[in-house]
Amino acid sequence: MSNAVKHSASTDSKAALTVAKAGAPRGLGSKNPKQGQKMTGAEAVIASLEAEGVDTMFGYPGGQVIKIYDALYNSKQIHHVLARHEQGAVHEADGYARATGRVGVALVTSGPGATNTVTGIATAYMDSVPLVVITGQVPRGVIGTDSFQESDIVGITMPVVKHSYLLQSVDDLATTFREAFHIAKTGRPGPVLIDIPSDIAGEEVVFNYPDDVNIPSYRPTYRGNAKQIRAACSRIRRSHRPVLYVGGGAIISGAGEEVAELSRMLQIPIVTTLMAKGAVPFDDPLNLGLVGMHGSKYANLTLNKSDLIIACGARFSDRVTGKLGSFAPDADVIHIDIDPAEIGKIREAQIPIVGDLKGVLDSMITAFAKSKVKPDTKAWLEQIDGWRKRYPFYDTAVVEEPNRIVPELALAKLADKLDPDTSIAVTEVGQHQMWAAQFLKCRKPRTFLSSGGLGTMGFGFPAAIGAKVGCPDKTVVCIAGDGSFQMNSQEMATAAINGIAVKVVIMDNRALGMVRQWQKLFYHQRYSFTELAPNPDFVKLAEAYDWEGERVSDPKELDAAYDRMLASDGPYLLDISIPRDQSVFPMVPPGKALSEVLGAIDRNDGATRQIPEEEAATVKVAPEPSDEELFDIEDDAEADEKEDAR
Amino acid sequence: MSRDKHVLSVLVENKPGVLSRVTGLISRRGFNIESLSVGPTEDPTKSRVTAIVNADDVAYEQITKQLHKLVSVHKITDLTYDNAIERELVLFKVNAPAERRSEIIEIANVFRANIVDVGKSSLTVEATGDEGKLKGMEDLFRGYGLKEITRTGKIAMARNSKEV
Repeated sequence: MSNAVKHSASTDSKAALTVAKAGAPRGLGSKNPKQGQKMTGAEAVIASLEAEGVDTMFGYPGGQVIKIYDALYNSKQIHHVLARHEQGAVHEADGYARATGRVGVALVTSGPGATNTVTGIATAYMDSVPLVVITGQVPRGVIGTDSFQESDIVGITMPVVKHSYLLQSVDDLATTFREAFHIAKTGRPGPVLIDIPSDIAGEEVVFNYPDDVNIPSYRPTYRGNAKQIRAACSRIRRSHRPVLYVGGGAIISGAGEEVAELSRMLQIPIVTTLMAKGAVPFDDPLNLGLVGMHGSKYANLTLNKSDLIIACGARFSDRVTGKLGSFAPDADVIHIDIDPAEIGKIREAQIPIVGDLKGVLDSMITAFAKSKVKPDTKAWLEQIDGWRKRYPFYDTAVVEEPNRIVPELALAKLADKLDPDTSIAVTEVGQHQMWAAQFLKCRKPRTFLSSGGLGTMGFGFPAAIGAKVGCPDKTVVCIAGDGSFQMNSQEMATAAINGIAVKVVIMDNRALGMVRQWQKLFYHQRYSFTELAPNPDFVKLAEAYDWEGERVSDPKELDAAYDRMLASDGPYLLDISIPRDQSVFPMVPPGKALSEVLGAIDRNDGATRQIPEEEAATVKVAPEPSDEELFDIEDDAEADEKEDAR
Repeated sequence: MSRDKHVLSVLVENKPGVLSRVTGLISRRGFNIESLSVGPTEDPTKSRVTAIVNADDVAYEQITKQLHKLVSVHKITDLTYDNAIERELVLFKVNAPAERRSEIIEIANVFRANIVDVGKSSLTVEATGDEGKLKGMEDLFRGYGLKEITRTGKIAMARNSKEV
């Protein structure tokens, strides 16, 4: 019989208490000033958001949400950021939620407005981000008749929402909003969609916002089972090569300090997934950093050679495990996750613990502190230290080139410029994302935001806008690729008009770099449709949107360029020209075992990248195009000639 | 022993769209639903979905865990291993020229099935029962020529008044 059945069937009263607490309204709830007033459904939507304590939302108006937008016009509490595309609005709400830990809210119209949110919702779903997405719908009477701007958004988004509602009556409105926020934020967070037929927005209702939520079929387990935690402690004590494998759940749960504390106390090394970057300070001596496809060789060796994996809010993604059959063959698994479905989904767990990570780790810390026993990891840590020295992440001697900006060094330099305590880095998806994950220094949770699960190009820039709106006092830098940035560059207007001072660094290789890297390594350099040149002139694009911007291609000028960007008050675009054929290393080829890593530096081998012969032999470097080839701008003389010819 | 077929009984909210959430999730995770039946329960706010799913034990566990995550799902019971009662209703339209009617009626009687419609050249037989019985009837009727079969999909309930 499955664990899930047992876990969910047991309505542990203590767990239920914690849930109620976790779900308490962050706003005024029933104490809101509009309680008991007669109003329209549209006004009740806004009043509900206000009662939840929402002060920021992102959206785009349209026919079926005019009434709601009309009601929003009167709100003194809610600051609405007008996006330039509904996808942008949802990613902005997502970035806001990731940076602040609050629920992100987006409001869009029916039909195309609603369908444009799908990628944003799926992105949030894969990375467990709490969102409430409100979509307008055609009036109830015409639903199902293919009326103008009608789309079955509840049906379309069903596989990518945590829950969704098609509002049936104005009387259910307040309860629906209360439930939606509760579901979005509690347990394993996720996006919740509320579809509101426009006739409901026009009906009258007495506004009555509830404090309590009663959903008998939804009771996430917060408290880990004591017996299981005891078993876990005992297994840890008997381990010789344990590793804390930390995922995004550590950030959502706010368990970073507990992870670090347990690690310090028991001398257990930590590896982090992309989603966990920042959960533990980068300079924690036991933090080995990024693991998986582009993680360091020493982090991957540590995970793969361990005899005990303590999975903390991580889900054994294929980007971490590589070929599953050869992944960590000697390891037992203690799997701690609030979502029972993650446990045993990919890798069998010998000791499953369903619960909130922070609390579970806290119990372990207390138990170990009392018992004073701990595993002996001295030899293990020495071995890891040896790997760390032998296989460094990078070596300037290997990557440095005098006349070109090498992306690794560009990111390392940016890392030195950013104060980890006051900066948030947001990435797009691709090579730059991996370099950012490898080189940026994060000390706090919620300071490295990236689309991990869905890998959404076009996420990073709007998410950076959302993060800046949520954390106006922080420096927010979006690290983008020239491909990704063009997927939502219309949001430059959103930043400019609302004075949102995001900094965009484009690692510009005039190519779809990551796909190109795969083509180079695994598809015989057949660069099928991965060249983006000639790109638009990003600096002129910046000017067009009233941003500041500059291009840099000389490594000597990079420092000053970063300084100018960080010193400017408004939005800023820095287009960094990098070589086209730089690959992200180390790399575990897709479908291969973690041990089959390519391109790791080996100090015992003269500090070179280890690329196997056959692969290395096929690596051809395409000549860099000249500026003239890249930017098709007519010379004055040519233009004059043409003029004359006419 | 692992089985490759599982009978699951899912208690869900009786609301529009819930069935599509349940079946969508099962198919999205890559599993085939062999049989499905849905109906209201003693509590009008809840419905019961009975589904037979082709999945081994590990896959089945993953399906139930994922189903549990649906806010609309109250409870899931695995009736595969339980001492459960399974029933299905089938309508057979059997080829029946006048001279062979009585044979078919006799077979129906043996299986305690009912004749619900008589036509010039066919008989319609209504039968309920478990898989073995219905299969037996089907095989016999095939000898006469089956014009049409419609089945409801299985429903199931645990024995010993164990609450599902």
